[in-house]
Amino acid sequence: MNYVYYPGCSLKGIGRAYEESLLSLFEHIGLNVSELSDWNCCGATAYMSIDESKAFALSARNLALAEMQGDGNETINLIAPCSGCYLVLSKAQRYLSEYRPLGDKIMDAMRSTGLNYTGKVRIRHPLDVLVNDVGLEKISSLVKRSLGYLRVACYYGCQIMRPYATFDDQHEPNTMNRLLQVLGAETISWPLSTRCCGGSLTGTFDKVGLRLNYILLKDAVRRGANVIATACPLCQFNLESYQTRIGRQYKDDVNMPIAYFTQIIGSALGISERRLGMRRLFVPPALSAAGDAVRGGGYVGK
Amino acid sequence: MEVKNGWKKLKYEADVDPTFGDKIASLPGGEKIYACMQCGTCGGTCPISQYMDYTPQKIIAMIRAGFKKEVLTSFTNWLCCSCYSCTVECPKGVKITDIMYALKRCAIQNGIHQPRFAIPILAREFFNSVMKHGRTNESRLTLLLFLKTNPLRLLRQTGLGLKLWRQGRLSYRTESVKNIKQLRRLLKTVERKETVLKGAVQGPITVEAP
Repeated sequence: MNYVYYPGCSLKGIGRAYEESLLSLFEHIGLNVSELSDWNCCGATAYMSIDESKAFALSARNLALAEMQGDGNETINLIAPCSGCYLVLSKAQRYLSEYRPLGDKIMDAMRSTGLNYTGKVRIRHPLDVLVNDVGLEKISSLVKRSLGYLRVACYYGCQIMRPYATFDDQHEPNTMNRLLQVLGAETISWPLSTRCCGGSLTGTFDKVGLRLNYILLKDAVRRGANVIATACPLCQFNLESYQTRIGRQYKDDVNMPIAYFTQIIGSALGISERRLGMRRLFVPPALSAAGDAVRGGGYVGK
Repeated sequence: MEVKNGWKKLKYEADVDPTFGDKIASLPGGEKIYACMQCGTCGGTCPISQYMDYTPQKIIAMIRAGFKKEVLTSFTNWLCCSCYSCTVECPKGVKITDIMYALKRCAIQNGIHQPRFAIPILAREFFNSVMKHGRTNESRLTLLLFLKTNPLRLLRQTGLGLKLWRQGRLSYRTESVKNIKQLRRLLKTVERKETVLKGAVQGPITVEAP
């Protein structure tokens, strides 16, 4: 099966480590992935607050471009690793067919600019691809290094499962847990795994944004996790970069490595740290007690 | 109008806009607003409702009753960061997140917010960047956001910025879509036909500090 990969703006900027680790992981497993050519921004949440039709038009262009990349008959699997892009593309797909006047208006505009979308694209999340297409057996057969030391809090964030849960349970998702368990890691039971991290509120209204992240970090620490695995560049950034400020504000120690789930899987499969973008994290997750900078004296990220 | 020794607030029929509910209901996602049975599940499941001045449930009741000014000047719609908890849990299928988006659009299009309030400024900068390049760049957006709201905050973030820069996660240049002409033409063609909300507000509405 061929996959088209839609990076989105974050994976080319703040979430560069996600792109690096994801592509290395897919290459290692043997998946054929090609980047969507000339993609545009999905619009995220900000664009929807300015103009609705234009926000859907942005996604419609991406969907049409993805369709052009296939041979015209088969369904295109469009991989959107960023939660925001994943949701916006899925939502656009549904709304364009559900709300006819909106859909017709955008399709007319698309045709006038030489684009066409017939509905042959399937939006996929890397978790979905790894669990359902690649399979847990194949991944566990590739393990080079056990992750026995890790106690992972799997953080799915809001927009992968909500509002459209297509490949996992909406309230208690477990795909990431299962993936990491077959690699030997322990995953903690964490009811907050789909609670919102506040998105851009940390930048726009930090009083609320920092508190939301404090709640998440505090609970992960309390439940004995030693790393949080994320699947979204914005969640990763929020949870990681504000730890010092949160610690100062709430007079509490919530330091914890925050890694992308692809980086954790990649390190179990023996992919080099450089190719997984580990140097782009404030603190890389420790795979053994000896390398645990957070628990074993001195927090190197400070 | 305010009454001193009686009810805190009293509103006359003439002060409300009875068409406001219908306007919101006519937008994609707003159609079920009249199905809301005021159970409060939305506010209960919302991680941010405790910081809001009106819970989502109250906002829906106020929209239906035509309390346009109160709804548009409230802080609730700005705080919503679209995690869709309410939309998923609502027993009546009201798409509350979409309603919050509609309120944000209505407030932004009619200029109902404080001049240096960060949330609409970020949305506007994001919009402009997509129009110009077809893509966005978070480092640049954050820089612009701080410059346009409170440049002093930029100083406080220098340490974080340096660390991110060392990790190669910051970049000043925004990559552009190659066929940007096509994208711009597409966006122009679907140019706002959302007249529903555009003229929704007549007369000035002043916003107090949150």
